[in-house]
Amino acid sequence: MSVDAKQAPAEPTPLVRMRGISVEFPGVKALQEVDFRLFPGEVHALMGENGAGKSTLIKALTGVYTPAAGVTTLDGREVSFSGPAEAQAAGISTVYQEVNLCPNLTVAENILLGREPRRFGAVDGRATRARAAELLADMGLHIDPGSVLAEHPIAVQQLVAIARAVAVDAKVLILDEPTSSLDQDEVAELFRIMRHLRDRGVAILFVSHFLEQVYEISDRMTVLRNGRLVGEHRTSELSRLDLVSLMIGRELGALAEVERLAGQAGEEASTVPVLEARGVGRKGSVAPFDLRINRGEVVGLAGLLGSGRTELARLLFGADRPDSGQVTVDGRALHLRGPRAAIAAGIAFCSEDRKGEGVVADLSIRDNLILAMQAANGWARPIPRRVKDQLVEKWIKALDIRPANPDALVGKLSGGNQQKVLLARWLVTEPKLLILDEPTRGIDIGAKTQIQKLVAELAQEGMAVVYISAELEEVVRLSHRVVVMKDRAKVAELDQNATVDDIMRLIAHVDERPEAVAA
Amino acid sequence: MTSTRPLDRFRASGLLWPLVALLVLLAANAVVRPSFLALRIQDGHLYGSLVDILKNGAPTMLIALGMCLVIATRGIDLSVGAVVAISGAVTCSYIAGAGDPTGAGAAFAGMGIALALCAVLGLWNGFLVAVVGIQPIIATLVLMTAGRGIAMLITDGQIITVRNPAYRTVGAGFLLLPVSILIAVAVFALVALVTRRTALGLLIESVGINPEASRLAGLRARTIRWTVYVFAAICAGVAGLMISSNVSAADANNAGLWIEMDAILAVVIGGTSLAGGRYSLTGTMLGALIIQTLTTTVYSMGIAPEITLVFKAVVVIAVCLLQAPKARAVLLRRTRRRHTPPDPDAEAAGRPSTHTPTSAMVEKVAQP
Repeated sequence: MSVDAKQAPAEPTPLVRMRGISVEFPGVKALQEVDFRLFPGEVHALMGENGAGKSTLIKALTGVYTPAAGVTTLDGREVSFSGPAEAQAAGISTVYQEVNLCPNLTVAENILLGREPRRFGAVDGRATRARAAELLADMGLHIDPGSVLAEHPIAVQQLVAIARAVAVDAKVLILDEPTSSLDQDEVAELFRIMRHLRDRGVAILFVSHFLEQVYEISDRMTVLRNGRLVGEHRTSELSRLDLVSLMIGRELGALAEVERLAGQAGEEASTVPVLEARGVGRKGSVAPFDLRINRGEVVGLAGLLGSGRTELARLLFGADRPDSGQVTVDGRALHLRGPRAAIAAGIAFCSEDRKGEGVVADLSIRDNLILAMQAANGWARPIPRRVKDQLVEKWIKALDIRPANPDALVGKLSGGNQQKVLLARWLVTEPKLLILDEPTRGIDIGAKTQIQKLVAELAQEGMAVVYISAELEEVVRLSHRVVVMKDRAKVAELDQNATVDDIMRLIAHVDERPEAVAA
Repeated sequence: MTSTRPLDRFRASGLLWPLVALLVLLAANAVVRPSFLALRIQDGHLYGSLVDILKNGAPTMLIALGMCLVIATRGIDLSVGAVVAISGAVTCSYIAGAGDPTGAGAAFAGMGIALALCAVLGLWNGFLVAVVGIQPIIATLVLMTAGRGIAMLITDGQIITVRNPAYRTVGAGFLLLPVSILIAVAVFALVALVTRRTALGLLIESVGINPEASRLAGLRARTIRWTVYVFAAICAGVAGLMISSNVSAADANNAGLWIEMDAILAVVIGGTSLAGGRYSLTGTMLGALIIQTLTTTVYSMGIAPEITLVFKAVVVIAVCLLQAPKARAVLLRRTRRRHTPPDPDAEAAGRPSTHTPTSAMVEKVAQP
């Protein structure tokens, strides 16, 4: 791609170079002709939304996946690893989000596990501790190598994992979301060590969805979107705003119909609240927030992955129990003990994890469709076959579910049709408030448009809708109000005139160069 | 999916192969011992090997019915054998200690207490699984291990014998057919009615297939999982009554020993996956019958006791393989290959209609 053209002759040769990497899974192109390079002595951030292909690229590099096409070189030599162990032997170490260590062993044993110094064939405990102490001191860490790992907080365990990774004289260190469970001081310590390693010439590949951290630590970044490379930039040369727009992309939707409907609904959106939340929050999930959703109104939730948009929706439905705040529905206090309480109050929720938390794959369309209604009725009052058939027929037709066979197993349907079945499951219960988390993710454009149109129509009929999507265009198009989430807190609420730029500026949290975005 | 042809629908239901296996077993018995199929009526009782199979298989059937629903919710209950022992122990101890040890009153009171206790044990299992969240296999292992000890405590380590006509009816009585099989069939009919005529069956399957999606759809996933363990324990309790009543004694050590394995096998042979979800009560009943027929076969064919368990295992594996479409295809191909020796000329002439697998093999051989 354009990488070669950009490469100035003065630049050093990259340590890792991947060219035209494609990775395919049955029916999915996870990566398409991605180029990537990593220089010694730099921290390189890999950026992209969920599903952009970040993990796939890492796995293609470390030999977990074998690319369908493309060449990887390390130190100028072409390499192809059969697995992470081989990659590690070649000097590429990976530290994953969850700490992959043995909590019951000591720090020293963990660092040198599998390559302990030996004496007469047995593990030399003293030498192991001494070597580990050396490595830790080298990193500027003051931990007793003889202490048991589990005694240390997660942050320290993470650092031990890094010590383990560099103990093999790693030339490349891959850190996949290392900061997601750390607090500020711990992140500072991690960054200190990352800089230390970088200055020693280690090439560090860093994945994080915390923008501020990426800007603090990285020298260069590669941005992926939908499995394609969208650019490689020096961090100092790319504004936060440009980065967000690169990550999210701007697609010009031909969705005039949706817009028209949404516009009409906007005029009619009432001021009668369906749901009001005051100070609702959950520790470690979402900071307490206030929210009011009116009848016939679509409220969009915008934010990057991990911003708390899904967590907020789950709290409103009682899928996770809020530990603070007060929710009222139609003016009556609602104690959100669990989904049943929310459903009884007229709230419905379609999870973003369609397969894991949405449809019941081994049941038929018919059974899936009536499941929520049947659950609300109780087991002893089965919905009569005739009523069932009428409902199923009506919704299969209304949402254009294919195949139109009520006995087809939902697991065999396409993503878009599964989503429609899930929507129909809730629509038969005639909810007052419908919460949709990423209802259009991973489905084809036709079904996407159908679902958006449906949302606009439902709002027009008076239903309140909470609409979550990573695609900001979609949120803006449909919503009467947009709530912007960042770092697990609600940061702003915008009215109908909000634009994608406004939202991106809020997410990036800067007001620099607004004219560059407008262009 | 739904075919109008009854035979196709029957094949799709997964009951065909267990039924075939059962019929083959019965036929094998009839060949070895022609009197096997004979039935005669004496004193208003139906006698014969087939009746024995039904009578002796009734406890396994009952337990398998309970196990089937537990497995449908992605669970398993290893404690049913221990519950069998406890149920018999409680009843016999109560009857033996009652004022009138031969009266019907003592029998009914004893059985009532035993079943109530079994329900409590089921509540305990369900609590560990559904509320505490322990893996079912471990949670029920607790009672499997402790249960026999409890039964020993109740019987003081003795085998308690009773002489109570009312109690004896449960396991050894006849109403033309053995009372025990009538009870088992009645429970089967009841469960089938309750789960298939109401929405309970759908909810159980849904919880078994995807617990989290079910919870978010508003199902009381926890209550459902809890309830099936209580039901399984009550079924085991009734089975325990049958077993102890049949011999008019409570043997804490041996009553219902390994019956949990038979019950799990019955469920699996009947076509219900251990991964949970779709279940078949009819298949489970067939599975229990197959296992009991197998046991009877082993005895009636005079197979050496040392190898009975191995024999049983081999048949069970065969039945399970028969059910898997993939294994069936492989087996079919193998046998065809053996019976039709490759004939390159005929294949080359292009008659692939009947010998497709063979021709494929020949092609492979032809191009090394």
